[in-house]
Amino acid sequence: MAIKDYIRQRYFPQMWCPGCGHGIILNALLRAVDEMGLDKNNIVMTSGIGCSARISGYVDFHSLHTLHGRALAFATGVKLSKPELTLLVPMGDGDALAIGGNHFIHAARRNIDMTAIVMNNRIYGMTGGQYSPLSGPGKKATTAPYTTIDNDFDVVKLSIAAGASFVARSTAYHVLECIDILKKAIEHKGFSVVEILSQCPTHYGRKNKEGDASQMLEFQKNTTAKLGSKALEQDPTLIPRGVFVDIDAPEYCQEYDRIVERAMKGSQNQIHKFDKTLRDEANQTCPKP
Amino acid sequence: MARLKLKEHVINRDWCKGCGICVHFCPKKVLELDSQEKVVAVRPEDCICCKLCELRCPDLAIEVVTTQTNQAAETDQAAQDE
Repeated sequence: MAIKDYIRQRYFPQMWCPGCGHGIILNALLRAVDEMGLDKNNIVMTSGIGCSARISGYVDFHSLHTLHGRALAFATGVKLSKPELTLLVPMGDGDALAIGGNHFIHAARRNIDMTAIVMNNRIYGMTGGQYSPLSGPGKKATTAPYTTIDNDFDVVKLSIAAGASFVARSTAYHVLECIDILKKAIEHKGFSVVEILSQCPTHYGRKNKEGDASQMLEFQKNTTAKLGSKALEQDPTLIPRGVFVDIDAPEYCQEYDRIVERAMKGSQNQIHKFDKTLRDEANQTCPKP
Repeated sequence: MARLKLKEHVINRDWCKGCGICVHFCPKKVLELDSQEKVVAVRPEDCICCKLCELRCPDLAIEVVTTQTNQAAETDQAAQDE
């Protein structure tokens, strides 16, 4: 299948600004799904609110465009009722870690089988460029004309601490690596978090004088380094990329099935015991001839 | 060894927003923006079919159509011709 078969062509050209990194992430995600040969009828994409959340409208999967920050909550509901489906949950940085922060850490704690993609452009683009919990200190935004003083989250460390069983980071620039990581994340059984650094040339780029989309992509190339590479050893200020955690841990739906089985077996045993006592009593009251 | 050979660059002018990412990152400078700020392949003969423009296009507007020339297949063809 070509990647054009996975999109709703009637909604194109998409609404993102020229050079928006979210389009590149959509491109990479479609290619990952295509290379894995997944059936689009078995994929559910849930998204919240924001620029990033518009992605669910463009893909020809089952899609839910839900409440701000609640994409993971809806995805949990879908997964528990239909565990055979593949869940993709793209979220923006504000969507995932500001209003949706609690849902994020608890989904990671449960280790429920879904792929959370944090499309991190470090700003609230849709509402006019307010700073987000991933902007970091010393950055300009509409709500921080004299630069921000808030520290940012490290999505990777946060996800590992919260208990996600697959954690990775890539950028929109490293698109081949991004496709590869997304494939691994979708294949992984358990909660997978993929942080993809994206660019917002309209708000973040303009405010922080990072130039146009191409220059922002160059910036991603120059400020990140592959995990275990020499460049990262020499300069620890670079942002590491790659797969940080990939472990096998008990998955929530499987554990849930097991507990259902256990509860059912228990009740069957009780019924069995109850039947036996009834039979015994009947035998006592009316002995066999 | 399988090698990709360029057939054509299919550019969807309705979807292209002229962000210039493909132009900037093309290793052979095959692409350029025209007067309408839409991408065009001005030097297709230099294209090495790396497909980075296709992969990095946020608008899914560019597709590098290739034909796979297999050296083994070529020799088979040559053998058949003889």
